Amino acid sequence: MTIRIEHGIERPAAVTITVDGRMVSAVPGESVAAALFAAGRRMLRTSTRADQPRGMFCMMGVCQECAILIDGRKSPACQEPVRAGMTVTLGTAS
Amino acid sequence: MSADPEIVVIGAGPAGVGAALAAADTGARTLIVDEAPTSGGQVYRTMPVEFRLKPNASPGPDYAIGEAQRKRLLASPVQTAFGRRIWNVSSDFRIDAIGPAGLESWRSQALVVAAGATEKVVPFPGWTLPGVIGLAAATILLKSQQMLPGERTVVAGCGPLLAAVAVAIIKGGGKVAAIIDLSGPLDWLTVLPRMTSRPDLLGRGLGWLQTIRRAGVPILFRHMVKEVRQSNGFLEVEAWPVDRDRRPHAGGRGLVGRGHARQGSNFRADCVTVGHGLVPATEVTRLLRADHEFRAEAGGWIAVRDADFRSSRERVYVAGDGAGISGAAAAFLQGRIAGLTAALDLGKLDRAAHARATALIRRRALKAERFGRAMAGIMTLRPGQLAAMTPDTVVCRCEDVTRGEIDAAIANGAREVNQLKAWTRCGMGPCQGRVCGEVAATLVASRVGGREAAGIWTARAPLRPLSLATMTGDYEYRDIPIPTAAPL
Repeated sequence: MTIRIEHGIERPAAVTITVDGRMVSAVPGESVAAALFAAGRRMLRTSTRADQPRGMFCMMGVCQECAILIDGRKSPACQEPVRAGMTVTLGTAS
Repeated sequence: MSADPEIVVIGAGPAGVGAALAAADTGARTLIVDEAPTSGGQVYRTMPVEFRLKPNASPGPDYAIGEAQRKRLLASPVQTAFGRRIWNVSSDFRIDAIGPAGLESWRSQALVVAAGATEKVVPFPGWTLPGVIGLAAATILLKSQQMLPGERTVVAGCGPLLAAVAVAIIKGGGKVAAIIDLSGPLDWLTVLPRMTSRPDLLGRGLGWLQTIRRAGVPILFRHMVKEVRQSNGFLEVEAWPVDRDRRPHAGGRGLVGRGHARQGSNFRADCVTVGHGLVPATEVTRLLRADHEFRAEAGGWIAVRDADFRSSRERVYVAGDGAGISGAAAAFLQGRIAGLTAALDLGKLDRAAHARATALIRRRALKAERFGRAMAGIMTLRPGQLAAMTPDTVVCRCEDVTRGEIDAAIANGAREVNQLKAWTRCGMGPCQGRVCGEVAATLVASRVGGREAAGIWTARAPLRPLSLATMTGDYEYRDIPIPTAAPL
């Protein structure tokens, strides 16, 4: 089952992004955070001090839990729309 | 824009759109700035432009209101700067933002701050696990991303978003494992008609309840999420009954489904979405050192304002949830008044015209506010809610500061939140205390006698994390001009 809602919505064709060197299918326009969530990649990084697993949390660019390297620049993944050929690096603490 | 704007509106949710439209109507050069790719804020957030609605889609009344506002904005002379994250507002009204083209800034003569709200989540063991997300996050996933939060989702917390999210999941073809609600059935009945941006649509709320019932979703009234554990790739959610004060029951006498008393119940899910209400976003007015007051019924600390939505800082206006939680319908109307007042103070319309234009809006706004405030009341943080938070529960997610560490700092004499921050790093991370602030302040307040005494984080630029690489752009070391040495 996909968690993408099919009813009533027409999406553009999926593209490929690279996540930690692996190809992941994503839909242009959806946020990188949502695309990773749909792909089952829920852990995005570990916390700074206790090194605990973390994933997206607020989806509105506030909590910074999903701040990962997107095309080499640290950005909140919930605010970055998917573009074909993007390179995403997970697991960056601090 | 050829000339600098005369009025800059920060935030393009309903309040900001209302303000910008009203201000531009008076002939004021108006610019609206928002982080999102288009207007709507959280409540009227739309899908990515790449997505299309099929003819069989039924996107609901919020979508229609949002679309209507987007059309009006587009047809108006209001200049828009979307996709811009504001990171500083200086006292001479210079607004600095970061956008797709790098750094940008504008100067303005007046500012309308319509920054909306952030969500409050009261921590519990396991709330930092991947797959546990905010209730507002789930609405963004559903509304904008057209994505279910999971295959089997537990929906927990309090307030109108609980039912809205559960229904959206069911309609989207997902499963709701359970609704775990801090409030009782009576609270629900009172709040149902107020759930929408159109409080008169009582039927909509009742329809939601019916959808939930028909899907056979267990509703646990007066229950809290006691803990979430990870087991075999799933999230195991333990629900626990609470009393009227939202304190966990020792014996377990909460109502389950149609009214049976029970102990804790467990649910297996792949997503837990939880939220405990909204907190006004006040960082811009705090940064400008405007006066603020603590008003529990408005959601927390808010900027002091007059009846025309002027803050204590000259030519700074506030409107919408950021000025006190009052809901989307009130926000748009408040925004209109704030926009007109800004125009009045800039001499764009006279006092009589302002009074005429605002009189009718004011009456409607007051009515809408009453609904919004009642809603906020359900989401007011009660001390009992903190009772179940164990000492090793992380409160500050950014810096991994636990409740035990916060309690220890308070016991050692931290009297105010900024002192707590300096001692423990709670609130010092990249979210700048937006996630943990309410809970940290409530913990301090329980010792010092109230939220006023516990204070509020001092706001500082940059308002959002900003990398040095972003600030310098393509500037390289070799670009630094080195003057040629004078000949000997």
